Amino acid sequence: MQAKAKQWLLVLPALALLAAVLLVPLGRSLKLSVAGGSLEHYKSLFTDGVTLTVLARTAATAAVVTLIAVLLGYPYAYLMTRVEPRLRGLLMVIVLVPFWTSVMARNFAWVIILQRGGPVNSFFRLFGWDLVLYQSVAGVAIAMSQVLLPFMVLPLFSALSGIDRRLLLAARGLGSHPVRAFWKVYWPLSRGGVVAGLILVFTLSLGFYVTPALVGAPQQSLVAQLLGQRTTQLLDFEGAGALGMLVLVVTLALVAWANRLGGTISAIGLVAAAPAKGARS
Amino acid sequence: MTVTLEKPRRATKVDPIPWWLKLVGLAVALYFVLPTLFVIPMSFSTATTFQFPPRGFSLRLYQNFFTNPVWLDALRNSVLIALLAALLATVVGTAAAIGLHNLTGRLARFARTLLMVSIVTPAIVLAVAVYISFLQWRLVGTLGGYVLAHAAIGVPFVLISVTGALGGFDPKLLRASASLGAPPLRAFLTVTMPLISRGIVTGAVFAFVTSFDEVVIALFLRSPALQTLPVQMYNSVTVEIDPTIAASSSVVVTAVTTICLVLQFVGGRRRNR
Repeated sequence: MQAKAKQWLLVLPALALLAAVLLVPLGRSLKLSVAGGSLEHYKSLFTDGVTLTVLARTAATAAVVTLIAVLLGYPYAYLMTRVEPRLRGLLMVIVLVPFWTSVMARNFAWVIILQRGGPVNSFFRLFGWDLVLYQSVAGVAIAMSQVLLPFMVLPLFSALSGIDRRLLLAARGLGSHPVRAFWKVYWPLSRGGVVAGLILVFTLSLGFYVTPALVGAPQQSLVAQLLGQRTTQLLDFEGAGALGMLVLVVTLALVAWANRLGGTISAIGLVAAAPAKGARS
Repeated sequence: MTVTLEKPRRATKVDPIPWWLKLVGLAVALYFVLPTLFVIPMSFSTATTFQFPPRGFSLRLYQNFFTNPVWLDALRNSVLIALLAALLATVVGTAAAIGLHNLTGRLARFARTLLMVSIVTPAIVLAVAVYISFLQWRLVGTLGGYVLAHAAIGVPFVLISVTGALGGFDPKLLRASASLGAPPLRAFLTVTMPLISRGIVTGAVFAFVTSFDEVVIALFLRSPALQTLPVQMYNSVTVEIDPTIAASSSVVVTAVTTICLVLQFVGGRRRNR
């Protein structure tokens, strides 16, 4: 009993730090949002005419990000299961590159690439199309997908490497067209990993602040910017508290769902541990 | 010789990797890597805007980064905050990892989940809540405020890596050292520490990098007197259009890459010994 208390004593400082930075501030936000025991701040989220538009735009952006991530992440994860171990290690390191490149350097790079007169704009002008992705939702989605792809690729890779490829060969041996064999045999087995990745990427894109602020257009702000603006410019702490709680609850619920679908492996933990593991092995 | 050469060739013929898949893989790999590489040529530009391709070649932006007091102060603040935050996160995170390693039951599992929750909390939600509370506690714009907030988000990384290292730790060693008369603290310092040191160092480095690179919370805690490098970089894109950010980005990316490579190198050598 006493030994157990001693172990808890070791955990206590970390819990105290967490309480001071996370639990108490979030608790106070919650309290502010329901100040006076009324839910009016939550109600006004849906009636103020701004929040709903921004929420819809955020969800749409997140959907585009998720679509890009699965379209690029699936073939990449599949390729990882096919190549020899050394190349697989390299592909894994490359996935994690956006992870440990500085947030600001990465976003600055996207401003350079997508701006008017930048490489993307110049490329499309060769074909007579003056496409500028800077300050567009598409540009924001491209920049966000790059850093969120690990959350798609890693759960997918772990799902795909558990699939016996000989099933695919057997289907083809029995005369199935490769596309049909993939669709009927391989795809259903990979669906769990896909769904976990989809939910994770979608969820994490809901909270992005820096990328929409730097790469996006000011008049097309996402929910994170709205939250920041309400706090520092309008000093509407109650409204910000309500909006923050909404984002937090949606995020945690979706992450818990993804965890359940992902089976025993917490994909978040997997990704979070991946750089640490990569550095250790 | 010819036999061993023939075997894999035949195997790939039966089930080859389609060329288009290799092409997609290459394109995605470039998508991951390329953006950051754009920053490096930008940093040698002579231009005073963000135009690309960069014009001329000079070290002017680096000179400005390392001599302009605004950039230099931001760099110094970031290093100091990251060092202190990493120290705090490592001490409390390591202690918690050891404590939780020896504890079982629902409460311990709950405590572990709670300590990890900042990984999935959207940074902006955390930043806004921290800002509102720290405003009242007079911690906004103070060294203590930055260190506390950054240490809290660094704890999960320490917890993950130390817990991983403890997985291979044999508790019988502690009983052996106790039976030989070592007090618990001495046993920890001379038996546990050396065996899990790699996990601790890895966690500390990740906590450092997490703080050094953190921008969202720092944007809310900033004051004119005390702001971090990522916040100054943010300003240089949104307000100042100052290409010094290219030099700053290159320095930060190079530094972090070097740290990771050194960590990998040291880790590899330890294991070989």
